[in-house]
Amino acid sequence: MTSAEEAIEWFGGLSLFAGQVLRDAFRRPFEFTEFLRQVFEIGWRSAPLIVLSGLAVGAVLSMHTRSTLERFGAESMIPTALAFALVKETGPLVTGLLISGRVGAGIGAELGGMRVTEQIDALESLAVDSFKYLVVTRVAAAVVCLPLLTVLMNFSGLLGGFFAEAAISGASFAFYFQTAFSSLAFSDYIPPTLKTMVFGFLIGSTSSYLGYNATGGAEGVGRASTQSVVLSSIFLIVANVILVKGIFFLYPGSGS
Amino acid sequence: MSVPIHRGQDVSQPAIVVESVSKSFGSRTVLNDFSFTVPAGTTFVLLGRSGTGKSVTLKLICGLIKPDAGTVTVNGADITKLESRELAETRKHMGFLFQSAALFDSISVGENVAFPLRRHTKKADAEIRDQAQALLEKLGLGKEYDSMPGDLSGGMRKRAGIARALAVDPSILLVDEPSAGLDPITSREIDELLIEIGANRQATLVVVTHNMPSARRIADQMAFLDEGRLLAQGTVEEMERSEHQLVRDFMKAPQGG
Ligand SMILES: Nc1ncnc2c1ncn2[C@@H]1O[C@H](COP(=O)(O)OP(=O)(O)O)[C@@H](O)[C@H]1O
Ligand SMILES: [Mg+2]
Repeated sequence: MTSAEEAIEWFGGLSLFAGQVLRDAFRRPFEFTEFLRQVFEIGWRSAPLIVLSGLAVGAVLSMHTRSTLERFGAESMIPTALAFALVKETGPLVTGLLISGRVGAGIGAELGGMRVTEQIDALESLAVDSFKYLVVTRVAAAVVCLPLLTVLMNFSGLLGGFFAEAAISGASFAFYFQTAFSSLAFSDYIPPTLKTMVFGFLIGSTSSYLGYNATGGAEGVGRASTQSVVLSSIFLIVANVILVKGIFFLYPGSGS
Repeated sequence: MSVPIHRGQDVSQPAIVVESVSKSFGSRTVLNDFSFTVPAGTTFVLLGRSGTGKSVTLKLICGLIKPDAGTVTVNGADITKLESRELAETRKHMGFLFQSAALFDSISVGENVAFPLRRHTKKADAEIRDQAQALLEKLGLGKEYDSMPGDLSGGMRKRAGIARALAVDPSILLVDEPSAGLDPITSREIDELLIEIGANRQATLVVVTHNMPSARRIADQMAFLDEGRLLAQGTVEEMERSEHQLVRDFMKAPQGG
């Protein structure tokens, strides 16, 4: 078999897998306890990473924004410009990529490990639908957690920007946040945040697919984990182009 | 004489019928037109060299692997044709000890045993813990409820795996090399336990083992798997008198295989 055929077969497999996730997500019984556990794992335990990265990204973006806007004497626009940059693109994308790394690798390794040590067979032998129990819960948790983590990233970014700004110009907290939010409209904020649900779905299903179907012992698990990060990052970046295009199409005003 | 009925199982009907099953992985044929029947309430010991497909056979019976051809009938239903919900229903009455034990490594040993009880019964937490603890004690693991599977020895993991398989009080028990990695005394205790389960609960057992003394003790019927088929099948005496040298040698070995 050629590698092109293999690639097509692999994509076919992933598409069927993702389709089954969507179907099973709405089919009883729901594995609610396991879903909550995954929200904790994927969402809550990623929070420190998101906050720290957000602070750093926001501070850096703010410094760049300042050096650009200073030339035009437009320093008062700094909070607005930073808010736009974060909310519309940087926040969702950086969150998506960070979670691809942390959660993609985690799901790939965890499910891969369970597959090669027969724990998935053991679940099935105990009359548990392993797909619903392991896969649907993880994908659903990723879909729910990504927008929330993105909001957290955006706020941390603004806060980081504020710290950077306050150090230079002594801007007040109230003034900074008021300026930042004053010109943000619904269509600026909601679509880019909600698009990260698609990122969550891509990360969750790609890494689950690789882990759930892992073969070849410990080496295979390592492979599944690495590929989960690489492929979910690539899919996310490509999907982002399409999503941004789609958002411009649906909310023409949000481009201005 | 009345036919004993156990948990809705008709004892006159075979519990497991494997008929003309073939299974390949890629280009490697593991089972080739392979058949056997296990009468309900009996213990069937499957022998054979490593890599001949004994573990695959157990997975076929549990529906974890689908045959390429042939049928696998469990309690009268073709397991390859069941809907996932019916399959789950059938599996609630089956216990499976995996060759690797396959304990869930993210939860404690006790919670592994409690897992099927939490899933399939409405019992209160305290009752489930008591029941899991009692099962662990029965397998000599009374102190290990809160240990993590990774901290146990191979033999202890095997025993915990048996405890988990027994939790749902299965009418069919599939056991893959229960005594591998166990000392002779513990191994004998496991045999006694399997015999007790077979006799008192009238469960049907399929046991894969390389331990011949143990196989002799527990088997009603034995079968020897070689090159994708059963080379010989019968009682211990019949196997000893087999026309095949390989089977006779295997029967003589203290730790065959
Ligand atoms: N899921 C699988 N994928 C590919 N090959 C497998 C799989 N399971 C078992 N095999 C192969 O089938 C053969 C029989 O394996 P197994 O049933 O584990 O042997 P044993 O009799 O020692 O239990 C081996 O060659 C093994 O490599
Ligand atoms: Mg085996």
